[in-house]
Amino acid sequence: MTIISASYLDAASAEPLHPAARDVLEAALARGWADPRRRHAPGRDARLLLDNARAAIAECLEVDPEEVGFTASGTSAVHRGLLGLTASSGRGGIVHTAVEHSAVLHALAWREHDAHAAVGVDRTGRVDVEALAAAARVDGVGAVAVQAGNQEIGTLQPVDELDVPAGVPVFMDAAAAVGRGPLPRRWSVLAASARKWGGPSGVGVLVVRRGTRWRNPFPGEDAVDESPFPDVPAALAAAAALQAVLAESAETAPRQHALIDRARAALAEVPDLELVGDPVHRLPHVLTFSCLYVAGDELVDALARRGYAVASGSACTASTLEPSHVLAAVGALTHGNVRVSVGRDTEEADVDGLCRAVTEIVADIRSREGL
Amino acid sequence: MPAVDVELDCRDLPCPRPVIELGRALPRVAPGGVLAVVARDPAARHDVPAWCRMRGQSYLGEDLTDDGVPRYLVRVAG
Repeated sequence: MTIISASYLDAASAEPLHPAARDVLEAALARGWADPRRRHAPGRDARLLLDNARAAIAECLEVDPEEVGFTASGTSAVHRGLLGLTASSGRGGIVHTAVEHSAVLHALAWREHDAHAAVGVDRTGRVDVEALAAAARVDGVGAVAVQAGNQEIGTLQPVDELDVPAGVPVFMDAAAAVGRGPLPRRWSVLAASARKWGGPSGVGVLVVRRGTRWRNPFPGEDAVDESPFPDVPAALAAAAALQAVLAESAETAPRQHALIDRARAALAEVPDLELVGDPVHRLPHVLTFSCLYVAGDELVDALARRGYAVASGSACTASTLEPSHVLAAVGALTHGNVRVSVGRDTEEADVDGLCRAVTEIVADIRSREGL
Repeated sequence: MPAVDVELDCRDLPCPRPVIELGRALPRVAPGGVLAVVARDPAARHDVPAWCRMRGQSYLGEDLTDDGVPRYLVRVAG
């Protein structure tokens, strides 16, 4: 049984397992448990399932199966994919947008380099393409990291419009964007995470295009796969979920886009509430807003008591006590922050109820403060 | 940095209290005057400028108190 809040609005953190994935996972657990490197019958069976998973993911992402590998998480796919580019070229500098996922920032911090550089974004979160082009031409830069869409504010990056030199490959973190609409094409390495599209957790996807100079930055063989013995049933379930999500996306993406538009319109009526991110060029399912004079943890907890499950980028909700670097980069208010992300089952009533709850809770908190 | 008319000591207050105190103190400062808030809260570095933008005030920047705590300065609109 899946336990979900009355209105689960945190799909950008994790979607419940897609029904298509659940069926495949059960069947694959019975058949895909053996070591796929072995020549015996159970091993060959596991190998077959793994090859099927790779082929299905490749078809979904419009790449070749040989270019696809599985990792233990989306974070691991980011670390391997990005650091594998600089490990192979010997140029360790990484130019990145200021709103990349923390997995990218952690990879940079772990491999410090004088040529690392963050490129700023505008108020909507879109990267400055000219500044990025200049930064990518600095000596020592070996890769550029630009996400497809932002996990907090939804803004899409113009990856296909990037102007970077031929020897500086583009790493694209597509974790928030896969399954949500057409992906940019101008990248050499892509990383994604199955649980973001309704696959099982513990399945990252790493794609290294043929001809890319890339090598494993960590111990082990020089393959895009993290392990020669991946979680075969989970990989196959992840592939099934992505196929199902893409098959539904012609219906879900516009519906979710409209749900977020509806929320944006309703929340725009709340005094001193700031909507963050690009209202149009964005992921279909994500909305972030900040409420002046309101503590993020208090707002999130009050929403949870009313049955609305949401995330927050405010410092008081973070383990680090630092506010979200994404909110800081776009110059948004960082306190009183809520991220809403709709899933495949979210309805207008969920969004309307959330907006009413936010309106009431924010008014209550402010009147208590005498503001 | 310009002379400060009203300074709020919020050095030990958590987010978003420094900004709440700014909002409360605003009527006490004459137009053109300078309102300052002292805060260790790391969110204040982002939220004081954001508050200025939302409230139509001018953010002047930050300096440090004598004992090294960040202080954020606001020019109150006319």
